Amino acid sequence: MSKITAENLSKSYGGVQAIKDINVSVQEGEIFGLIGPDGAGKTTLFRILTSLLLPDSGSATVAGLDIVKDYKRLRTVIGYMPGRFSLYQDLTVEENLEFFASVFGTSIRENYDLIAPIYVQIEPFKDRRAGALSGGMKQKLALCCALIHKPEVLFLDEPGTGVDPVSRKEFWDMLRNLRQQGLTMLVSTPYMDEAELCDRVALIQKGEIMAIDTPKGITASFRQPLYAVRSDNMYQLIKDLRGFEGAADCYAFGEYAHLKLGQLSESFQLSESSIHEFLLSKNHRNIEVKPAEPTVEDCFIELMKN
Amino acid sequence: MTNIISTHQLTRSFGKFTAVDAITFEVREGEIFGFLGANGAGKTTALKILTGLLSPSSGSATVAGFDVKKQPEQIKRRIGYMSQKFSLYEDLTVRENIRLYGGIYGLKTSEIKSKTAVLLEKLQITEEADKLVGSLPLGWKQKLAFSVALLHEPKIVFLDEPTSGVDPLTRRQFWELIYEAAAEGVTLMVTTHYMDEAEYCDRVSIMVSGKIEALDTPRAMKASFGAEDMDEVFRKLARGV
Repeated sequence: MSKITAENLSKSYGGVQAIKDINVSVQEGEIFGLIGPDGAGKTTLFRILTSLLLPDSGSATVAGLDIVKDYKRLRTVIGYMPGRFSLYQDLTVEENLEFFASVFGTSIRENYDLIAPIYVQIEPFKDRRAGALSGGMKQKLALCCALIHKPEVLFLDEPGTGVDPVSRKEFWDMLRNLRQQGLTMLVSTPYMDEAELCDRVALIQKGEIMAIDTPKGITASFRQPLYAVRSDNMYQLIKDLRGFEGAADCYAFGEYAHLKLGQLSESFQLSESSIHEFLLSKNHRNIEVKPAEPTVEDCFIELMKN
Repeated sequence: MTNIISTHQLTRSFGKFTAVDAITFEVREGEIFGFLGANGAGKTTALKILTGLLSPSSGSATVAGFDVKKQPEQIKRRIGYMSQKFSLYEDLTVRENIRLYGGIYGLKTSEIKSKTAVLLEKLQITEEADKLVGSLPLGWKQKLAFSVALLHEPKIVFLDEPTSGVDPLTRRQFWELIYEAAAEGVTLMVTTHYMDEAEYCDRVSIMVSGKIEALDTPRAMKASFGAEDMDEVFRKLARGV
């Protein structure tokens, strides 16, 4: 069953087209990722779907409710965690939670079970002012406040931005647990590695969706031969590899450079050894060449360039 | 091999809370040094001391040969700085921004003029020179901000999460600018939450609760922690997992 349905949503701000003809459908119980950099249109789309902004054209329903006609009811059945820290800095942890519970006509006690796995981590600090919490703890509190009224659909706009990788990982573990309780979640993120943690993703860039699929489906669509290459000098390696005959593209990917070839030569092995030889001729040391599994990030870059 | 940054038992407290706890380390000239740590680990406080914005409670440090406690103004003049939050003025044009920063860095008008031409050419944005920075795509702003931070030819540039939220292509193009600057002898100190970027650094330090718990090349660090990537190293250190 579709919990979120967007049809041809478009929105401009003055002369800038923020989103154009967005069509997306999120199924019940999914973690759906909206993956794209700053300025891609993620927040605009979120604001429209949570009834905070009217689209210029198109329509959408969330939990079966029309975002324009049924916006009042819609707001009671969704949870929203916006990009920037949205809670009251000078209220304590507990006060923030109580406030949000009361706004939705409920109490902490009523839905404690839903937030318990998350709340227990910050409960020891319940009398600390929210402004004095670390980034990771703020995220947890904001999540609790978005869940306190037992929403059907949860919108999380860049929950991990500016947060260290450990806290980000913990946060995603919490989301997976929530999914097991039947919650539908739409998460936006600029971190490509988080795409792999979603059930399905939409890659968005410059207001348009480039692809929608499962993470595996996205990476399976990457057709060209890809290699992971390393040597002692990454910068020189990338420059040299771009000059390699048959190279379509080359970019840094952590410890390795990803080299994409234009077409498959006789065999993978043949390509591997010719790359190796080429790098030897350029005086690289500690050379390593191996086939690479394309990641969502490889695909995003590929789609961006088309 | 000179040290551009040298600290000794550098400490900074706020009341009873010790944000930076007696850190001792060096950054070598021409290095790309990754300064990592979880939010709240003390990175920002340490950076503020090293950029002359905050004085230490105890211990010492020199940056580009100047003492952080006694000569913070000299430090500010000789370093470059770029962050997500503090960058160029959106409602000034590209040219105006360069002129403004050039002036702030104490460059002569003639110098600013010639450097502007070189910079515009290098980034291939000569056509956009009189457009408002606010109208440029984020990736262009990033690259421009970085180039402006290099305008006065500082010995060291501090980059505070420079690629946060930027698309993966621009992120990599930005790192190529960093590599280029390093190849020309500039020292770069970068903080980032992208662990793949940690791999691009010559050496990396990881701060946990005010202390530097690890400092090494990414390769050596991964080996000593038995980790496949820097993400794993980070997790093991920050959470003891």
